[in-house]
Amino acid sequence: MFDTLDFDVIRRSLPYLFLDGMSFTLMLTGLSALGGLIFGTLIALMRLSSYRLLGRIAGLYVDFMRSLPLVLVIFWFYFLVPYIGQWLTGASRPIRVGAFTSSLVTFIMFEAAYFSEIMRAGIQSISRGQPAAASALGLTYAQSMRYIVLPQAFRNMLPVLLTQTIVLFQDTSLVYVLSIPDFLGAASKVAQRDGRLVEMYLFAAAVYFAISCFASWGVRRLQARIAIVR
Amino acid sequence: MIDISHVNKWYGPTFQVLKDCTTNVAKGEVVVVCGPSGSGKSTLIKCVNALEPFQEGQIILDGIKVNDPKTDLPKLRARVGMVFQHFELFPHLRIIENLCLAQEKVLGRSHDEAMAKGDKLLDRVGLKAHATKYPAELSGGQQQRVAIARALAMDPIAMLFDEPTSALDPEMISEVLDVMVDLAHEGMTMMVVTHEMGFASKVANRVIFMDKGEIVEDALKTDFFGSPRSERAQKFLSKILSH
Repeated sequence: MFDTLDFDVIRRSLPYLFLDGMSFTLMLTGLSALGGLIFGTLIALMRLSSYRLLGRIAGLYVDFMRSLPLVLVIFWFYFLVPYIGQWLTGASRPIRVGAFTSSLVTFIMFEAAYFSEIMRAGIQSISRGQPAAASALGLTYAQSMRYIVLPQAFRNMLPVLLTQTIVLFQDTSLVYVLSIPDFLGAASKVAQRDGRLVEMYLFAAAVYFAISCFASWGVRRLQARIAIVR
Repeated sequence: MIDISHVNKWYGPTFQVLKDCTTNVAKGEVVVVCGPSGSGKSTLIKCVNALEPFQEGQIILDGIKVNDPKTDLPKLRARVGMVFQHFELFPHLRIIENLCLAQEKVLGRSHDEAMAKGDKLLDRVGLKAHATKYPAELSGGQQQRVAIARALAMDPIAMLFDEPTSALDPEMISEVLDVMVDLAHEGMTMMVVTHEMGFASKVANRVIFMDKGEIVEDALKTDFFGSPRSERAQKFLSKILSH
């Protein structure tokens, strides 16, 4: 059955697939993970705060984001962000937002909901004595979080955070609905241009599989190392 | 130095953990607080630096009212050292970093200044060689000595000890008590929750006996060990001194 397939199309399109497509995918993954972690940590702190209202708002946000399919959020944001920008800046027309910015904002907002739950579990895993000791030394709440609680929470949760980032790496392929040339988008473009759908989609799947598998293996190794240190 | 008057504390609407507790610790005095578990002694000592809130009464620490909402608690707490039952060293920081963090972030000391102070205190508790290790690499007794050094690095006006030897293996208790005895001999103001009656009889000025949230007995050391007035204190003493 492979007689009719032409795998040379892959070789020919490699520079485009990786230099354009994969670099976009990796950049989107990296920046979204970073932004999502920062924003997610803030949400986690809100959720755990003693001010009930803050906790409720954060809780609603997380529930809301987690109840929506990601594709919908991507779509929505793409069409909504220009208007939000207009409203925020007071411009007379919807501001133009690039596909990259729009998808980055989407992923940061969406991933923040997931990262916040991970960080919340991480913060709660730290014994009460740690912030108490920090307070007893005169550290303020913010200092205690920054120097004592969050570093430990982050370290304890690192394997889970990285696993979630691998999921995010795969999820970024959904930006293809906005016709953005991420790795899958690039592969799909070549596939349709040259009429080589089977080859290109097989190859795309193989690349996602290989990278995710390798990354998961890395996380497992890291987990084993952390377990020994503790 | 520490003035506790008529402190009442409830957990929830009905469970009262502290009942009208009144006592004081004068400058340079060493006061030992003892009593059966659940008697509220740890809670009381945690009220002193406001790690635990309380509903009624007041505590005045070096002239500053602890339970005044206007009090700058971090600033006040920085002036009183506290040592916990479970050490509570920061596991992600090296020993020397444990000693330096609050000096730099709270007192605003330079890194060099903090390191010099930290080195000196580690030397004092006999752990200079372990400065670059992580807490998990040390024994319980060593960790507790580091915790004492960490508190002393802030140049506290008083030290609070919350059962500092209860979580230690028996062979490690004396190394921690030795440090505390030295501290007492140097004139440090100390409030110590402990069951170590040997320590109490050696360095305490006064002994407070608590039971069921009440201060049952507050007496000079000699009076307390010689002839405790209350039956509950007598019972407690006979139990812990019988072996």
